[in-house]
Amino acid sequence: MQKILFIFLLLLGSNAHAALSIFACEPEWAALAQELAGDKASIYAATNALQDPHHVEARPSLIARARRAQLVVCTGAELEIGWLPVILREAGNPDIGTGKPGNFEAARYVHMLELPSRLDRAEGDVHAAGNPHIQLDARNYPPVAQALSSRLAELDPANAAFYSARLKSFNGTWQAAITRWEALAAPLKGQPVLVQHRAYPYLANWLGLKQVGELEAKPGMEPSAAHLSQVLSGLQQQPARMVLRAAYQDGKPSEWIAQRAHVNAVTLPFSVGGTDAAKDLYSLFDDTIARLLGGLK
Amino acid sequence: MREQIRQLEQRMQQAEANSAQPAEHDHAGSGDNAFNPAMSLILSGTYSRLTQDSAIPSTGFAMSPNNHGYSRSFSLQESELGISANIDPQFRGVATIALAPEGGSSVENAFVQTTALGNGLNLKMGRFFSGLGYLNEQHAHAWDFVDQPLVYRTFWDNQLGDDGVQLKWLAPSDTFIELGAEIGRGRGYPGSDRQDSNGAGATTLFAHIGDDIGASSSWRAGLSLQQTQRVNAVSNNVPDLPGTAGGVSNSFSGDSKTYGLDFVWKYAPNGNTSVTSFKLQGEYFQRREDGRLSYDIAATNTTDSYSVTQSGWYVQGVYQFMPRWRAGLRYDQLGSGTAQVGALNSANVISNYAYTPTRSTLMFDFNPSEFSRLRLQLAQDKSREGLTDNHIFLQYVMSLGAHGAHQF
Repeated sequence: MQKILFIFLLLLGSNAHAALSIFACEPEWAALAQELAGDKASIYAATNALQDPHHVEARPSLIARARRAQLVVCTGAELEIGWLPVILREAGNPDIGTGKPGNFEAARYVHMLELPSRLDRAEGDVHAAGNPHIQLDARNYPPVAQALSSRLAELDPANAAFYSARLKSFNGTWQAAITRWEALAAPLKGQPVLVQHRAYPYLANWLGLKQVGELEAKPGMEPSAAHLSQVLSGLQQQPARMVLRAAYQDGKPSEWIAQRAHVNAVTLPFSVGGTDAAKDLYSLFDDTIARLLGGLK
Repeated sequence: MREQIRQLEQRMQQAEANSAQPAEHDHAGSGDNAFNPAMSLILSGTYSRLTQDSAIPSTGFAMSPNNHGYSRSFSLQESELGISANIDPQFRGVATIALAPEGGSSVENAFVQTTALGNGLNLKMGRFFSGLGYLNEQHAHAWDFVDQPLVYRTFWDNQLGDDGVQLKWLAPSDTFIELGAEIGRGRGYPGSDRQDSNGAGATTLFAHIGDDIGASSSWRAGLSLQQTQRVNAVSNNVPDLPGTAGGVSNSFSGDSKTYGLDFVWKYAPNGNTSVTSFKLQGEYFQRREDGRLSYDIAATNTTDSYSVTQSGWYVQGVYQFMPRWRAGLRYDQLGSGTAQVGALNSANVISNYAYTPTRSTLMFDFNPSEFSRLRLQLAQDKSREGLTDNHIFLQYVMSLGAHGAHQF
């Protein structure tokens, strides 16, 4: 009996341990939180890069993790609309509710692209706040990092100086990395690409890639044979160098096009952990650019 | 001089800190946060081909509901209008209005729930689907088959909904452990609405536990208990021992206690459902009813004790074998048990039907998008002795409006 009571108290008391408990919706935000909070936070990544962040099951484990989280870090812009609301509701944790300091949406701090002029489901899975795949432009990280760092300091004022120092050092190394990536990626400028899902406007905008077609007829609709043939015939007018897909997507449509149009099918990590090489935020971009350059060959 | 440098440094740091305030872009007016509530409408219709009259109840369950929800040929299903929004910083409100195809509407759900209690607590008040079992809380558009399992049809009139209060508590552990309690009016079967009582007509307790196994699998298991009373509940066309043509009308009053076990296991490679995924679920319910039965209330009206323990279960698997396409298989079984019938009715009431109702169902569906679904369902229903019923269903289920988030 005493043992049971002890375990119960341990369960209740585990909220009190020192580290800030962070629930990150996507692995890129878990990685960013890790850069900024170091060992001052315990970070749980709700999804991995091999999962489609639009379609995640509201798993019991996620509800349990959200119950004790002090900060939820997500993309926002409706990316998680199919699962996060259930988790926030069922967790019984008002600190992480929408609009609370414990709820952080990265998309609020970057310039959003592809804001739809018309909200109509006939256009497929469009998001009112713009395209939510903001994590593939390295220049989006500094503003998000700055906002996240001040949020960390707000929730954990005792370590404010630590967070501010981590931010400073992150900004320094990140700016240097951006310069390096941009130099490396120079050959990609103006290169025409096909994409499987409308997930690369930020990457294209940053590196100057030119998107000439999408394998999904409408965003979020699985590529159909009829549309793929249309894309294929479109390539005769407007050739592409490669076709891009995220690691979590079905490889068949990309490979179908790649074989017939004699272009390279390039699988991008899309987030930290999407490929073996993409171990953290830095190697995510190292690997993304290396794979894009490989696609030119 | 030193002091001046220090002050200058301080000022520079301050300026830096000020400029560090990130610009926040507001997207007010989008999503569920706009003042307008989130609204959605579910549209659904079926074409059915049945070889037997669907009004005949499962053998041994003539005193249970037989609301199968389908009829022959083309038919519109219930259209479900959903409205939800935060009411204020403390409460959220949800209403689901079912528009019946034959006209009229009913309040399926209308409840308020707390959003600010904290400590893992969630309180619901109003009319809601009970948290017992696994399928009970799911709305019809989220079902993996056209109809509910036989055990849900006969034990819960498809879904147990009640007017009352629900309190849930989520344990602060990494494993999902949820405890819930409900008290209510008892208006839904197996209870019966009593307007002369001030007390609670039904109580329900449930516990859920769940977790992940690696990145690919997750599961949830549950235990439920429900307790209520039936008062003067009349059932018509009940077969009897003398073999009265068309059966008789009986009335039952007594206590009803049900316990249930449920589990669901979902698998997708790396947790990625975009290409393939698999879901296995099963539930078992056992009910004990104990009270007094009045036989043939229109004629002899003989009343004596009556008690019976009935059970039912189903197991189903749904496999997404390629993007947009799924196939599912379900097996259903009911056990009508052996009733203890008081001496006065021992020559009237059938105590043992000696038949096990079963059904096997096969389903294929095609999902052009996450908002639309087209389904083909084939079933062989042997729930009625000697009347094998072969079903063919074609169904569409579509939703428009707000993007709802689905439960596990």
